[in-house]
Amino acid sequence: MGFFNYVMRRFALALPTLFGVSVICFTLTYLLPGNPAMVKAGPFATPEHLAEMEHQMGLDRPFPEQYYRYVSGIFKGDLGESASTGRPVSQDFLQRLPATLELNLASLLIAIVIGLPLGVLSAVHRDTLIDHIGRVVGIMGVAMPSFLTGLLFVYVFFYMLNLAPSPLGRLGPGIEPPAHITGLYVIDSLLTGNWTTLRSSLNQLMLPAATLGLSAIAPVARMVRSTMLEILESDYIKAAWAAGLPRRTVIYRDALRNALIPVITISGIVFGFLMAGNAVVESVFSWPGIGNYAVTALLTKDSAPIQSFILFVAVTCVMVNLAVDIAYGLVDPRIRFS
Amino acid sequence: MTELLEISDLTVHFEINQGAIEAVDHINLTIRRGEVLGLVGESGSGKSVTSFAILRLIRPPGRVSGSVHFDGVDLGRLSEEEMRRMRGAKIAMVSQTPRTALNPLLTVGKQISRLLMVHAGLSPREADKKMLEMLRLVRIPAPEKRAKQYPHQLSGGMCQRIMIAMALATSPQLLLADEPTTGLDVSIAAKILDLLRELSAKTGAAIMLVTHDLGVVAEICDRVAVMHAGQVVECAPVRELFHNPAHPYTKALVRSIPRVDRDVVLEPIPGSVPSLVNPPSGCRYAGRCEWVMDRCRVARPTMIEAGPGHVVACYGFEERRGTC
Repeated sequence: MGFFNYVMRRFALALPTLFGVSVICFTLTYLLPGNPAMVKAGPFATPEHLAEMEHQMGLDRPFPEQYYRYVSGIFKGDLGESASTGRPVSQDFLQRLPATLELNLASLLIAIVIGLPLGVLSAVHRDTLIDHIGRVVGIMGVAMPSFLTGLLFVYVFFYMLNLAPSPLGRLGPGIEPPAHITGLYVIDSLLTGNWTTLRSSLNQLMLPAATLGLSAIAPVARMVRSTMLEILESDYIKAAWAAGLPRRTVIYRDALRNALIPVITISGIVFGFLMAGNAVVESVFSWPGIGNYAVTALLTKDSAPIQSFILFVAVTCVMVNLAVDIAYGLVDPRIRFS
Repeated sequence: MTELLEISDLTVHFEINQGAIEAVDHINLTIRRGEVLGLVGESGSGKSVTSFAILRLIRPPGRVSGSVHFDGVDLGRLSEEEMRRMRGAKIAMVSQTPRTALNPLLTVGKQISRLLMVHAGLSPREADKKMLEMLRLVRIPAPEKRAKQYPHQLSGGMCQRIMIAMALATSPQLLLADEPTTGLDVSIAAKILDLLRELSAKTGAAIMLVTHDLGVVAEICDRVAVMHAGQVVECAPVRELFHNPAHPYTKALVRSIPRVDRDVVLEPIPGSVPSLVNPPSGCRYAGRCEWVMDRCRVARPTMIEAGPGHVVACYGFEERRGTC
């Protein structure tokens, strides 16, 4: 009961943020130079035709009314129309979303699978060689821009060593996508037992996920390290040593479980960061996700997809934070019961 | 029969950039079976470090020398694994911060029962049964309900009872109680002390009670060792110490106890505990002492007999003994 209330309270707190996001997103496009009606009407439109178009699109209405139309449009799933594909943005988005999700989740997984043990080892063996190596790897991951790491990976693993397939999309040439269940090719092909597709999709996913994941290892590892260090000095860990609990219990149960709480936070932040950062990586690897879509839209000044991308990233961040808050409650009894 | 705990020449240094902090300086102490020894001194006098050193829990940059014999066994010679089996099982610790010394993510019942599983090899069910017994022993009301709660749901006094239950669950022979009543209000503190005394009598466990509070010492200790700036300056049975303090520091401590039964002016001790970074040789109380002489600043006084079971390290006392 207490937990249900907690979730509801968190959810209620997310609403004002979402409202703010929609206002900022709308205002930005409202203030941007350029007239969408002019784009739609074409270069040879007469002033009468233009005015007619503006009226049709509701651009002659007062600001609040336009905002209201925009928001109610969103609720109906209407995100506008892309000028370059000529299709509703929502349709394009839904089609491309699984590709982005697959890439981001794989990157997050890489960041956690490498970052978490690296952080724990760095904390437990503080100021030793392991700690220094972890620090260098982490700083390199953050300092290298993704487009550079991506290109380097392509150069080394595809061009020189021929270990990875060509960086073109989610599947190798001639491979059929798996039956649509979640839209994530790796999971769908696993579920349907389609091993050829699984192999191909994993091969294609490997480099972009490594590129994006590398930039997120450092924040995870650093966070785990500093939290572990703090917790290893805490009273209850000292008490656990004094009580003669075995080393692995003290470090991997008592300390690590407590350290995971901040790690959940950082995972949420990192996921939002990946969501925004994937645009570059998707471009490098011709990944057919929404980041790539947004970059294309940006280059062709196609406003509806850009607006929707910003809104989408913001909403995702809010949602992930909500999920993080809920995860807190599951892990930490102090939140669950107060 | 050997003493339960014999500490000889125990020294703890912490290496830092400016030199070394001598937190504990060549102390000698013994604890007999079943007795309650008070270790008193101001904050920063090395009391807590001493108990961590006994458990071999001083980590770098800390360095320990000297020896600790427990029940005839030289703890310094045990392997890390053998030492771990000692901790919590034979020598248990009660911390000064009951609230933060319990793991916030585990129910208190689980924290007790897992010790029983680790040290006594009990099955989960046996451990739970024994855990509830322990909760009853430390007089936790509604133990079945409390066992399923988390530390933040319990009061400070309740947490301290849990800590005591945890420490005594494996029937240790020695309990290191580090300021067990800090942060508890007076009536709860008194109950915790009574409980400690009663349980030690029941289980035969000796207690080393680390405290800065002479009132606590008077209440439950058999013998007292007084520490000042990492050195033990005096050690005596509790009555002897209060009626016949030999060291000027002990005298000052005794005079600084507030009295309600007599109309005396409270006397604070001048100065504070000296810096322990590269301390001078000689008596570390010299800078605050009313009896100070030249030789006090040069050489460190050794322990001399001041009465039955009463030893003191003070040149001033040595000189005056013949005269008064």
